[in-house]
Amino acid sequence: MQIRLLLVFAAQKLLRLGRLLMAVAVFTFVLLSFSPIDPVKAYIGADMMQISADQQALIAERWGLDQPMWSRFLDWLGQLLQGNLGTSLVFNQPVSEVIASRFQASLQMLAIAWLLSGLLGLALGLIAGALEGHWIDRLIRLYAYTLASSPTFWVALLLLIVFAVSFKIAPICCAAPPGVLSQNVTFWQHLHHLLLPAVALSIIGIANIALHTRQKLIDVLHSDYVLFARAQGESLWNIVRYHGFRNILLPAITLQFASLSELFGGSVLVEQVFAYPGLGEATVQAALRSDIPLLVGIVFFSALFVYTGNTLADLSYPIIDPRIRLGGQ
Amino acid sequence: MTITVNSPQKSPQKLWRIWRQNNRRQQTLGAIVLGTLFLLGIIVSPWFLGESGLSTVLTQRNQPPSLAHLFGTDWLGRDMLRRSLHGLSLSLRVGLLAASVSALIGTGLGLAAGTFGGWVDAVIIWIVDVFFSLPHLVLLILIAFAVGGGTKGVIIAVALTHWTSLARVIRAEVLQTNSSDYVHLSRHLGKSSLWIARHHMVPHIVPQLLVGLILLFPHAILHEAALSFIGIGLSPHLPAIGIILAESMRHLSTGYWWLGVMPGILLLLAVKAFDWLGENLRSLFDPKTSQG
Repeated sequence: MQIRLLLVFAAQKLLRLGRLLMAVAVFTFVLLSFSPIDPVKAYIGADMMQISADQQALIAERWGLDQPMWSRFLDWLGQLLQGNLGTSLVFNQPVSEVIASRFQASLQMLAIAWLLSGLLGLALGLIAGALEGHWIDRLIRLYAYTLASSPTFWVALLLLIVFAVSFKIAPICCAAPPGVLSQNVTFWQHLHHLLLPAVALSIIGIANIALHTRQKLIDVLHSDYVLFARAQGESLWNIVRYHGFRNILLPAITLQFASLSELFGGSVLVEQVFAYPGLGEATVQAALRSDIPLLVGIVFFSALFVYTGNTLADLSYPIIDPRIRLGGQ
Repeated sequence: MTITVNSPQKSPQKLWRIWRQNNRRQQTLGAIVLGTLFLLGIIVSPWFLGESGLSTVLTQRNQPPSLAHLFGTDWLGRDMLRRSLHGLSLSLRVGLLAASVSALIGTGLGLAAGTFGGWVDAVIIWIVDVFFSLPHLVLLILIAFAVGGGTKGVIIAVALTHWTSLARVIRAEVLQTNSSDYVHLSRHLGKSSLWIARHHMVPHIVPQLLVGLILLFPHAILHEAALSFIGIGLSPHLPAIGIILAESMRHLSTGYWWLGVMPGILLLLAVKAFDWLGENLRSLFDPKTSQG
């Protein structure tokens, strides 16, 4: 029974993913084919002057640019289905390889940031909610509201100024010390370069989760069963532990997995500030240097990333709340 | 028993009490006026400041913040406060324009989805879902790139990506009002659809729209700044706030912290002012809090 449910759930999810990626494909294709960017020009770049009009026409014909739009779309879709995302112009490598290697670099940063923001946000939210109206609560709220409206890249910039320039305890850029080959980088050097970008990235997520957790805990603390527990002489911390925590965990986890989307966007900015060679930095490169295959590949990958996050959230519900079954009723 | 009579106009405590006794409505109105004045001040500041302070003064290069230059000076001796105000004014105008277009799209699609229902509703909800399935910044970069970048690119990208939540709110509001008893009653009494729209829908949707629009501004401005910061937005010749912050990156390691910190604080204040304005307007319009 359990296995059948799981299979149905997986099939539903895969179907939805296929539909979603299809939608993203149509959207991206329409957007890029109406754009004023000339693909031939973007491909040739600075050597445009040395290439005659005939040769340009040849390239356009070779690429099928003279075909009608729907047939070009089908061609492209066929290639995508075979797993061919094309070749990145900036990195001169297949797009899938660029994304794989860049994502590996980003993944550790994303993971640290994700865990940090989740744990800190939950802790701050619990403290603020339990001490509603106390000055600690006000302080946490002020902090969260200020963070929620401060630009990510500026926060990263501030951290860089404080920790790398003033205190000189963090490196100012990149993923490794200058002049060290990537295979010779030790674990500590790696962590040293990873930590500040990860902290900068985690700061985005904290505000949202802290404020939601706080509100939810306040709702729980005003409920009848907590009133009853209080009347029995239960202490505040035990009430939070036994009555509050599970009730709070569900919305917190939903938010935390949904924040993967924002985390991915944030990593673009943070990696730009710290010159960290991850997927976010590759996104900026692709856009600035008109690397359309790479940009499209990253768009697909990010959609997959966000979708995976949401699916993981769905999978975690029945573990936290036994009343919820996979795939609904 | 002694009775002390204070002259009510003069003592400051009394004034404070009178202010506190002001009902919440007046306090909210005061906050709205204050926030609006602050933001308008930033937007129109370039016309009052003119070009003064923006010329190169090599004798006053790289000065830390002081009374003469509150935000310090940059590597060409230009006053950073004036540059920041110019840049922020530009960013605010770009953000306001893009957010307004976005609000129009959101309202139109939200109304269409809520009123027509059926396949129109399904298609619009589906588009919203697709938009939510991509990281916002990636979507912004893709659109800004596809339409050719530059100022036009930023405005189009921000306008095309911020309407989704407003469309959802408006759709929900229309659906809710449509199924309410008084709308049913109006229908049975033979009122026309136009009359119902005018007397039952508009009063509900206009406040939502106004608050939604104002709460869109901070997002739009932050995203405009982010796009300019990574170099996809406004061109470096138009020193928007994002460009100023990106430039400061090059001077970080030399210890000129004020180049990055001060313009960022100004941006943060502007964003907070919009949030504040939106929240106060919401509490003014929301029937639950407006009479308090």
